[in-house]
Amino acid sequence: MFRRLDEAGKKVRFTYDDQDIEAIENENLAAALLIAGKTSLRVNPVSKQPRAPYCMMGACFECLVEIDGISRQACMVQVSEGLVVNSILDIGGNEDV
Amino acid sequence: MSDENQKTYDIIVVGAGPAGMSAATAAAEVGASVLLLDEQPSPGGQIYRGILSAPEARAKILGSSYTEGLAITKAFSQSSVTYQPLATVWQFDESGSLIYSVEGEVTQAKGSHILLATGALERPVPIPGWTLPGVMTAGAAQILLKSSGVVPDNAVLAGSGPLLYLLATQLIRAGSPPKALVETQTFKDALAAMRFFPLRFSAWKMLAKGFLMMREIKKAGIPRYKAAKGFRAEGSKQVEALSFDHKEERLRLECETLLLHQGVVPNTQITRSLRVQHRWNKRQACFHPFTNGVGLTTNSNYSIIGDGRAIAGAQVAVLEGRSAGSFVAASLGFNVDPADVFKQQKIIKKERAVRSFLDRLYQPPKEILTPANGATVCRCEEVTAGKIREYATIGCLGPNQTKAFGRSGMGPCQGRYCGLTVTEILAEENKSSQQETGAYRIRSPIKPVTLSEIAQCSED
Amino acid sequence: MESEYAIVGGGIVGLSLAYGLLDLGKRVIIFDEGDLAFRASRGNFGLVWVQGKGLKQPAYARWSRGSAALWGDYAAELEEATGQSLALQQDGGYGYHLTDEALEQEIKDYTWLKEQLGGNYPFEALRPNELRREEPNVGTDIAGAVYHPEDGHVNSLRLFQALASEVRRKGARFVPKVTVTNVVQQPDGFQLTYGKSNHHLSQKVILSAGLGAMTLGPLLGFKAPIRPQRGQVMITEKLPKLMNRPSDTLRQVDEGGVQIGASAEEVGLDDRETPGALAKLAKDAIRVYPALANVKTVRSWSALRIMSPDGLPIYQESLTCPGAFLVTCHSGITLSAAHARLLPQWMEGQANAPDLTPFSEDRFDV
Repeated sequence: MFRRLDEAGKKVRFTYDDQDIEAIENENLAAALLIAGKTSLRVNPVSKQPRAPYCMMGACFECLVEIDGISRQACMVQVSEGLVVNSILDIGGNEDV
Repeated sequence: MSDENQKTYDIIVVGAGPAGMSAATAAAEVGASVLLLDEQPSPGGQIYRGILSAPEARAKILGSSYTEGLAITKAFSQSSVTYQPLATVWQFDESGSLIYSVEGEVTQAKGSHILLATGALERPVPIPGWTLPGVMTAGAAQILLKSSGVVPDNAVLAGSGPLLYLLATQLIRAGSPPKALVETQTFKDALAAMRFFPLRFSAWKMLAKGFLMMREIKKAGIPRYKAAKGFRAEGSKQVEALSFDHKEERLRLECETLLLHQGVVPNTQITRSLRVQHRWNKRQACFHPFTNGVGLTTNSNYSIIGDGRAIAGAQVAVLEGRSAGSFVAASLGFNVDPADVFKQQKIIKKERAVRSFLDRLYQPPKEILTPANGATVCRCEEVTAGKIREYATIGCLGPNQTKAFGRSGMGPCQGRYCGLTVTEILAEENKSSQQETGAYRIRSPIKPVTLSEIAQCSED
Repeated sequence: MESEYAIVGGGIVGLSLAYGLLDLGKRVIIFDEGDLAFRASRGNFGLVWVQGKGLKQPAYARWSRGSAALWGDYAAELEEATGQSLALQQDGGYGYHLTDEALEQEIKDYTWLKEQLGGNYPFEALRPNELRREEPNVGTDIAGAVYHPEDGHVNSLRLFQALASEVRRKGARFVPKVTVTNVVQQPDGFQLTYGKSNHHLSQKVILSAGLGAMTLGPLLGFKAPIRPQRGQVMITEKLPKLMNRPSDTLRQVDEGGVQIGASAEEVGLDDRETPGALAKLAKDAIRVYPALANVKTVRSWSALRIMSPDGLPIYQESLTCPGAFLVTCHSGITLSAAHARLLPQWMEGQANAPDLTPFSEDRFDV
């Protein structure tokens, strides 16, 4: 489990898969999701196994989420009021999942 | 492409860590026009992440190795450097122009010289189970703490390297002490490292610092398991425990967060894409771009400085940055005092001297460099070490053929976290050197970008 | 005699030939270069493709169709041997056209070809509405497509892997990481010089060395009038199913990524990627599939096609050095089945061998 050392800063709300989450403005999105207890953010498209932030510096691409129809690294996004974030689970390629 | 289309600068610096900030500031001070591009929202790089906005309490927890970056970051912020945060540079041209995106908007820029200060990556730690949620790098935990004031409870820290001890002390101070340190380092490593110990003041200072960290960890009652091996992250949907061999016993430590570390290695994605020469460094077990004293690569339009050139830490990165920034500015005709550059070069040599000692002391064990067959090597495409070995038996000679044989390195991370392991395994299997085995060929986009961003570079 | 066939070049063409020769019980040795050689095999588009082939030379259309027809059985055999699916799909493919003029011209060309082939050439022109019934995600800003029912695609990486492992299992010898620098005919066969002056003697020799044939070919009396042509391609992140069938510029591979290709540039031996060419590919791709605009490109790459003056393959036995064969083409995947199943018979001079005179070097005046 992860926790914040302090709650200073302006509170904002964003959604992750339609769930309302409170965070601090400009907070790292991957950090905010970990704090909210989202331990896994996606499944690996090959093995279909759950994956979660690994490097937190934009290198491993394990924290990919969908924002405005584009896959983004959650660790490279800052939270803002009303941000709509969705998980990318629907990847099957041409195999029927 | 935006109106800034084809903007030109004397120097473009990529990366706002200690090396990049120092280089940019030094060059701007003597009058060069400098653009600094960085991926993060604020300057500092990974080591000084969030340094301009970290609350006092957080800075205190992080300690002097963090707060000592404040001076150069402030100097950089006050300099005349054009600073572009949130910029993903995804194409480098051999002639010195590059393409970057900021929030989907594409710009092309050209520099009379480009200074790469893109830093390091954590060395891949391909133990069985390292892809499970809850397994992260030690660096990732530090970034969470620096940028967001977020800490894990009861984490297990495992691997080798000074960062593990630093992180442990920071977590202790944050009131969230780790559950245990599980270290691969052996007594033999310590003995072997002794012959590299330089009898210099800076080295003793470093030892003293290390000693203080150990004392803090001991005082907090954190158990340390040394000479551990046979790491396995256990769990099905989430890490549940780290198991390992210790003194002829199999131990199992339950945890929800497992933080791995085996040192850091230069991030060579950009220099590889430029097809400049690289050299295998045996002691650091990684590739270094081949450079001269001030970081010039085998492409005269590009230099590389800081940990991206060779791992030497933040203090050396600052000196390298200043030295290279001044040198490049001088080569472009700006008035620079050469005595400064010589002085910095001299200090760099001294500071680097402790590196051999640290490299040997925290040398990654063989089970990390060439993992057992069951371990996943390519996280994106789920290719195991066993598969890579199998490809070698059917004629796979180098990393680029591995792609054709089994897709390793073809996922979104573009080989960042499997490249070194693939090179090591193929070198071992084909009884060839790592240098001869080579590395993935890297092509643009250096980072995945949308097709509409790529389409913005259309010539018609 | 050390071997019956020495194959110079271990790409898709060389491996396909080796596979077929091993089936005939021949002793085969394969010489191959290292990890960073110019490997056209690595730049392939994975198509098993008939459309567009032979628009000026009907024999090439026949040859490509013949290979496409052999592919099902060929893939099944490799799949059974290796236990790995090759994801072969052969239920047709498209040639997309952005403008009406381009589409009309294409229809005219195929109508001509059909006449040349005595009416035996199936194709269909699909207007936007008909096309969208088949491919709902196609954009509105295109003129339509030519549909050819015999077109298809395959997982070319797994094809490569299957051939590499089968050829070894069937007993071929491999000499990797070497360049063959000389081949000389001697009374008892061909002597190949490779690496640091090593030698190998073989009854027959096949040049399937891609661009390497430019230098080795003349030594054996071939004209080998080939040149490199750069092709750049991209692949996206893995996506949910977006396309049902492949086209010659866009296909969704079985793992989910969309492959986008390909440029055709005359730039010599330069296999670097360039932003301008990739931008054009991206622009056209978005026009055909607008949903691709927001999709991330994970990789681009570029490779050198081996082009003959008329774009057709060259199959030639040397007139001055009988027993030496030149095999070169830029459709190594499509023709893999024909190369494995039909060329060995030709090399062995068997009665059931195909007539390959349209592909001989006689057609070039050099």
